[in-house]
Amino acid sequence: MAFQERGIWVDAVVTLCSFVVYSALVLVRAQGIPLHRVAYVAPMLWAIGIGILVVIVGRIAAGIGWPEDCGKTDARDLEIGRFGDRVGQSFLGLSGLAALGLCMAEASHFWIANAIYLGFVVSVLVGSAMKLAAYRQGIPDL
Amino acid sequence: MKTRVTNSIRALRFARGEMTQAELAERVGVTRQTIIAIEQGRYSPSLEMAFQIARVFEVPLEQVFRYTEGESRRR
Repeated sequence: MAFQERGIWVDAVVTLCSFVVYSALVLVRAQGIPLHRVAYVAPMLWAIGIGILVVIVGRIAAGIGWPEDCGKTDARDLEIGRFGDRVGQSFLGLSGLAALGLCMAEASHFWIANAIYLGFVVSVLVGSAMKLAAYRQGIPDL
Repeated sequence: MKTRVTNSIRALRFARGEMTQAELAERVGVTRQTIIAIEQGRYSPSLEMAFQIARVFEVPLEQVFRYTEGESRRR
């Protein structure tokens, strides 16, 4: 498995885990009160902050664990990275549109913030899945 | 997903004293995974990378790579 491929696995797993933990915390806090009144800001900031830190540490650990190709990147890695980012970032656009719609509908901040956060999460997960598939099966013609 | 570019890298490696994929990767300046992907037809290298590979084997580009689809249409 290439150095970059291991990093993509770290990104996807950490992003998914941090989102699951955040969602669980919000749902626990929502016992007996409407979801949009839950104090979501601190859990979201912690989930994002810790997620970024764990990704950095995880990528360093992946490099230490398999030092033979640590840091090596070539044209194929860059092509796959661009392909996955292009697909993944389309979901950021969709979440932006959703947030815009929620603002116009004067929805609570809870739903707007969560729509954007969900967009980030889906963007990373779909982008990572596309990159991993491209490493295994090749880059599809778009 | 197979590319339409076929290659003879594996045969050329063995003809050059069983050159390893790692050795070829080192000489071309790419990762071993990229050489594996090219050999298996999962990745079409850039023109520059294709020339670099051909230069390692000291053969013309067409002896390493072939574009299969479309040849019959032109005839």
